[in-house]
Amino acid sequence: MAAFDLNSDSVRTLNQHLHDSPSGTLSVTNPGGRHCIACGIDAPVEVSIDGHVGYYCAGMNKQAQVTIAGNAGPGVAENIMSGSVRVKGNASQSAGASGRGGALIIEGDASARCGISMKGVDIVVAGSVGHMSAFMAQKGRLVICGDAGDFLGDSIYEAIIYVRGNVGELGADCIKKEMTADHVQGLKQLLASTGVAANVDEFRRYGSARKLYNFNIDHADDY
Amino acid sequence: MSHAKSLRPSATFSQQVLDEIHRAADQGIYEIRGFGAKRSLPTFDDLVFLGASMSRYPLEGYREKCATDIVLGTRYARRPIKLKIPITIAGMSFGALGANAKEALGRAATAMGTSTTTGDGGMTEEERQSSKTLVYQVLPSRYGLNPDDVRRADALEIVVGQGAKPGGGGMLLGHKITERVAEMRDLPRDIDQRSACRHPDWTGPDDLAIKIQELREITDWEIPIYIKIGATRVSYDVALAVKSGADVIVVDGMQGGTAATQDVFIEHVGIPTLPAVRMAVEALQELGMHRQVQLIVSGGIRSGADAAKALALGADAVSIGSAAMVALGCNRNIFVEDYEALGTAPGYCHHCHTGRCPVGITTQDAELEERLQPEQGARWLRNYLTTMVLEIQTLARACGKTHVLNLEPEDLTALTIEAAAMAKVPLAGTNWIPGNNK
Repeated sequence: MAAFDLNSDSVRTLNQHLHDSPSGTLSVTNPGGRHCIACGIDAPVEVSIDGHVGYYCAGMNKQAQVTIAGNAGPGVAENIMSGSVRVKGNASQSAGASGRGGALIIEGDASARCGISMKGVDIVVAGSVGHMSAFMAQKGRLVICGDAGDFLGDSIYEAIIYVRGNVGELGADCIKKEMTADHVQGLKQLLASTGVAANVDEFRRYGSARKLYNFNIDHADDY
Repeated sequence: MSHAKSLRPSATFSQQVLDEIHRAADQGIYEIRGFGAKRSLPTFDDLVFLGASMSRYPLEGYREKCATDIVLGTRYARRPIKLKIPITIAGMSFGALGANAKEALGRAATAMGTSTTTGDGGMTEEERQSSKTLVYQVLPSRYGLNPDDVRRADALEIVVGQGAKPGGGGMLLGHKITERVAEMRDLPRDIDQRSACRHPDWTGPDDLAIKIQELREITDWEIPIYIKIGATRVSYDVALAVKSGADVIVVDGMQGGTAATQDVFIEHVGIPTLPAVRMAVEALQELGMHRQVQLIVSGGIRSGADAAKALALGADAVSIGSAAMVALGCNRNIFVEDYEALGTAPGYCHHCHTGRCPVGITTQDAELEERLQPEQGARWLRNYLTTMVLEIQTLARACGKTHVLNLEPEDLTALTIEAAAMAKVPLAGTNWIPGNNK
């Protein structure tokens, strides 16, 4: 297993290695809240980061399985394409921003704007999320086992939000929707595959009312 | 004999204003349109060059060298961009433009040794194949953004704003969201799409500095990173862009075009390109970064004269968008009945937002797109760019310059007090620069 100690190795050296000759597993110790760790990977490697990371950890991840045994700064797994990123602690704002595929799992809480602009990623948060989560969320699923802050799903497109706990004020054009059998089945599979234990029967579904898709002056107050 | 009383128009409630109020009363929504600001604004027309005289030697028009090559991205990138001419093609989205138009832009740019730029729709295969040097935009919407395209780009351009709508996001109306456009943008078909106006994962310049680091890490520090801003508080924005770590700064004045934006945004937000250039250059000079962080200026650049004046004020290059569209046929006097069907006429059309472009540029309709064949479009644009370059060289040689970047503010004088104040160039016949309290 390759090993990098960021107290002596630079983030640049680590990232270059992950871009050039990645294979098998790799451990990163002493991340010390540094930024841009393990971003831009495009290989089926397993990366274990032992500690807290700064901004944009695992940004634009493809194929890799990245685990952060600590907290993550803003933009963790931003624009993730595939593979998975697991945060064992809490995540700062804009977790999974514009993510297009793969899975982001946050075992603690996420902050404001979790899943902002998401475009196909699955995000599962075992704890709660902050305000403006799933803002302008286009595609994918955001699962919140705890509570959601205000303005959840503001200006949402076709992404689906599942919430088990309390929801603050809903964002523009976001409404509660029916949980069909297909939704229940899909959610069950997602929770199982990401290893987050929760009873699917306790979740509610939220999504777009689709009133903002084409301008209508009778809905002008919503703009 | 009685005389009919002459009709007296109101300057405040002009016919145009009356029509607009009637339209708003009918429709209950702001007017959305394409093109740039149509109102009269101070432009480069208000500056002229001081050609050679007893105190300056000109260069011969044909024999003596006047070089036009530039390098962009020398600050950090391992592979800066080398261009043969100081004119690039600005970002315009696939979605706003059709695939044929994007291909024509790419072919012409490649032939001329310059670059094109993607837009809000992401990178198409047509543009990557046809454009040898391609700048990939990272916009607030992040439509289609992916690391494969990031890595096969020749530069990245983080878009903070554009001149037509500084502070606004992109807009593409439902009739232009075809199957292909919808798929590229991860959106449902036929909806009125609005891009975000703020980036999802960074807020201020300190975050932006880290975001730039991330993009450099993903691209192994190979390629230059531009920041594009709409011209508003240019002095502060350019300084902050330098401090955030940009290799190149693109400043887009209020005359900059768009395919679809609210008219109120186009006409009433942002400052003209003329003061924006000078403010940007001053900010770079104050930081000791002029020519180390390169400056590209856009927003209503129409000719070699405009380009030469921007260079003389200190820009490293100019970028054209609307003018490139015009070269491809925008507002050409053909298919007149189709302009009329849109309620307009050649020379007046700004109906890019309708998707019914009579000349096949800003459309996703297959039949209309046939009217712009990439080869012909590329030939037109190449001719226009060649003309612009020859014009720049003519003016530079007249000022005795062996390289177009040697043009300087001292080569210019202003014809109006506004232009003198905005460009900080003396009013012709005087030593006076308004606002310089000397």
